[in-house]
Amino acid sequence: MKLESKVPTGPIEKSWDKHRFELKLVNPANKRKFKILVVGTGLAGASAAASCAELGYQVEVFCVQDSPRRAHSIAAQGGINAAKNYPNDGDSVWRLFYDTIKGGDFRAREANVYRLAQVSNSIIDQCVAQGVPFAREYGGTLSNRSFGGAQVSRTFYARGQTGQQLLLGAYSALMRQVGAGAVKMHTRSEMLDLVVVDGAARGIITRDLATGKVERHAGDAVLLCTGGYGNVFYLSTNANSCNVTATWRAYKRGAAFANPCYTQIHPTCVPVTGEYQSKLTLMSESLRNDGRVWVPLKKGDDRKPQDIPEAERDYYLERKYPAFGNLVPRDIASRAAKQMTDDGRGVGKTGLSVYLDFADAIKRIGLDKVKEKYGNLFDMYHHITDEDPYQQPMRIYPAVHYTMGGLWVDYNLMTTVPGLFCLGEANFSDHGANRLGASALMQGLADGYFVLPYTIGGYLTGNKLPKVTTDHKAFTEAEGSVNARTKALLGANGKKAPSVLHRELGHVMWNNVGMGRNAKGLKEALSRIPEIRAEFWKNVSVVGSGEDFNQTLERAGRVADFLEFGELLAKDALVREESCGGHFREEHQTPDGEAKRDDEKFAHVAAWEYKGEGQEPARHTEPLTFENVHIAQRNYA
Amino acid sequence: MNITLKVWRQKNASEPGALVQYDVKGIVPEMSFLEMLDTLNEQLLAKGEDPLAFDSDCREGICGMCDLIIDGQAHGPDKGATTCQLHMRRYKDGDVVTVEPFRSKAFPIVKDLVVDRSAFDRIQAAGGFVSINTGNAVDGNNILIPHDKAEKAMDAAACIGCGACVAACPNASAMLFVAAKVSQYALLPQGQPEREKRVLAMREAMDAEGFGHCTNEYECEAACPKEIKISNIARLNREFLRATLVSE
Repeated sequence: MKLESKVPTGPIEKSWDKHRFELKLVNPANKRKFKILVVGTGLAGASAAASCAELGYQVEVFCVQDSPRRAHSIAAQGGINAAKNYPNDGDSVWRLFYDTIKGGDFRAREANVYRLAQVSNSIIDQCVAQGVPFAREYGGTLSNRSFGGAQVSRTFYARGQTGQQLLLGAYSALMRQVGAGAVKMHTRSEMLDLVVVDGAARGIITRDLATGKVERHAGDAVLLCTGGYGNVFYLSTNANSCNVTATWRAYKRGAAFANPCYTQIHPTCVPVTGEYQSKLTLMSESLRNDGRVWVPLKKGDDRKPQDIPEAERDYYLERKYPAFGNLVPRDIASRAAKQMTDDGRGVGKTGLSVYLDFADAIKRIGLDKVKEKYGNLFDMYHHITDEDPYQQPMRIYPAVHYTMGGLWVDYNLMTTVPGLFCLGEANFSDHGANRLGASALMQGLADGYFVLPYTIGGYLTGNKLPKVTTDHKAFTEAEGSVNARTKALLGANGKKAPSVLHRELGHVMWNNVGMGRNAKGLKEALSRIPEIRAEFWKNVSVVGSGEDFNQTLERAGRVADFLEFGELLAKDALVREESCGGHFREEHQTPDGEAKRDDEKFAHVAAWEYKGEGQEPARHTEPLTFENVHIAQRNYA
Repeated sequence: MNITLKVWRQKNASEPGALVQYDVKGIVPEMSFLEMLDTLNEQLLAKGEDPLAFDSDCREGICGMCDLIIDGQAHGPDKGATTCQLHMRRYKDGDVVTVEPFRSKAFPIVKDLVVDRSAFDRIQAAGGFVSINTGNAVDGNNILIPHDKAEKAMDAAACIGCGACVAACPNASAMLFVAAKVSQYALLPQGQPEREKRVLAMREAMDAEGFGHCTNEYECEAACPKEIKISNIARLNREFLRATLVSE
């Protein structure tokens, strides 16, 4: 397998313009002859589908939810970055590029990140034009706030519902095309396999979740915009239906899976309370603009927070990282919280949380202003915990949030399977080993609105694509394997709900492949995961039939894929003998507990190639070169 | 604690349904209502029985997927909350709770508690957008929007499309949903060029889907998990009247 990044040569500022010029164009009259299949309707999928339909391609879109508007991008809270420099605080494309490369711990591809920073400004303009109600100043101009890992205010927001508003913007653009007949929408449809003909992606096999009908769809290109795999940990901030199935099926059909061990643990989530829990809720990072994080100085101090005097509190982020304070990047803040609770200074019933305190902010800017900025987040916290954060500090703890790994893609966002593109969180390209706040929304929309619509043209004109119909034997074969799998899931006749086995996998993942990883724990995970997988196929209980609406069957299929993927994630973590971003190998840290990278051995992308059932996957590398940003130790002190 | 549930079971849209009783044991107050249903389903699966079908996804009150009528109320007894935000601390040991799907002719039942709300997507496709192509928008600050206008538009835009307004309305009207979208765009300069066309098209699509009319029952506002105000319906009516007067 060859990993050709196709990054243009020459100065990075000109790369994207040069590349766009060099890409061949599709004659407007020919566009309608090409069909593009888009899987997923989050920011990346909805924006790509709408933009491709506008250009004149035939587009068919698939999502597992009952409506494209429900994709998990809707839950993103805090904001979206752009290098507009409206606040005049020294921001620029170059600074956004620099912060993102540094924030990703020098494990992202420079050219992709530069392009992301470049198009960021157009994203804001596009969304404003769509009627996204961004927060505004009294004079009518756009408001900004700052986010973790940045010292400028470059984050645009719509209360604590930025993801929702951006997604509804993209969704409205998509529905406009649906109304115009340019997009055919398939809701409650799950992609269960990729169809590859003569080495190129030419279709997908889906299951209509409402009727159980297995369908074949042929096209000239397939876009996977299916989000991340954080739910491999069982508990995460992801929606319940977020899964790895589409990308995992693509991996098994030849798409390389890059950096699966890069998982982001978000520092600001509502803590775990018990076994029954189905998910964790994120409290936006923007809260750390005004909230102060602390724990009691003394171990086991179980006084009420308001009874602990100022002198007996440890505002540990402000103490350890005076320059960035509470706004250090997510990996740093997460590990610092873990250190405090490991040290016995955690708070709450379980001792597994720290305080996020707004008392000072309420004093400084007033209750009304705090309500206006964060009201819905406070309400959300109140709903879940029954505690009023206006009266007492919130309790927060890190949780799995975002995955920086994903299918390997080149500069055109194409995977190692020609014609198979991967956008947004589902690919690996822009965030390196750690994602800075407010950059996920930026990447999803950049890929969908401003990158893919250009690069897909280059693929469609640059390659001879013979007409393929769904009668082709590759479709028959793929549909056969989907049916066989459904039969196996229904035939296990066991006693355990898929969620029970998923929870078992999650425990192994969180304990051994979570915030801190070491060789011993990873090896343990690598022996435990196949055991759980074996039990799954013997003892899973899937009641009902495949020709019906069957949520247990849906769930079981996704858990089965997580049980395979979890092993690859642990394997990748074991081989990467360094600490970087969200990947923290305990063997590799500085004397004061910070991550220690090994640039000599690991300044590369690790991309795994599937070699067949029961075979060891092959690890390939794409070297990362840093010509524009000086590679350095990340220092936020 | 233990709870007795009376749940609507229905195989599909064409077969009749009925309330079935289940005793759920081992519930803790910190559980969400949906986690309580998950617990029931795990127990049913362990016995090889068909689990309850219900929709949910983000489980933090924003995706709009969860949609239960709990003791006669859309999204249950808490004000300004979705079903997934309802917690079992609201109940006590021995309570009997009835759970039904969002009922409306325009939302056909898929199975048990799951309904088909794609009518909302079709209403949106009729005109709930600004016709702007990708890639040539003017600078965001070239469109000045006063703070209060932006906030008001945001209040309307907060709609999650869950359909509680329809389920709560005695007429199964979709007016609050449509009003929220029409208001958002009517309040913003970006929405002006298609202002009349939009409201006429969305109203027409709403009627075609079989939703009822608004008779000012205020039930939609009371049930809305995002507390969208009924004043938006007044705005929708003004927009509709205005459009019929000014359109050619």
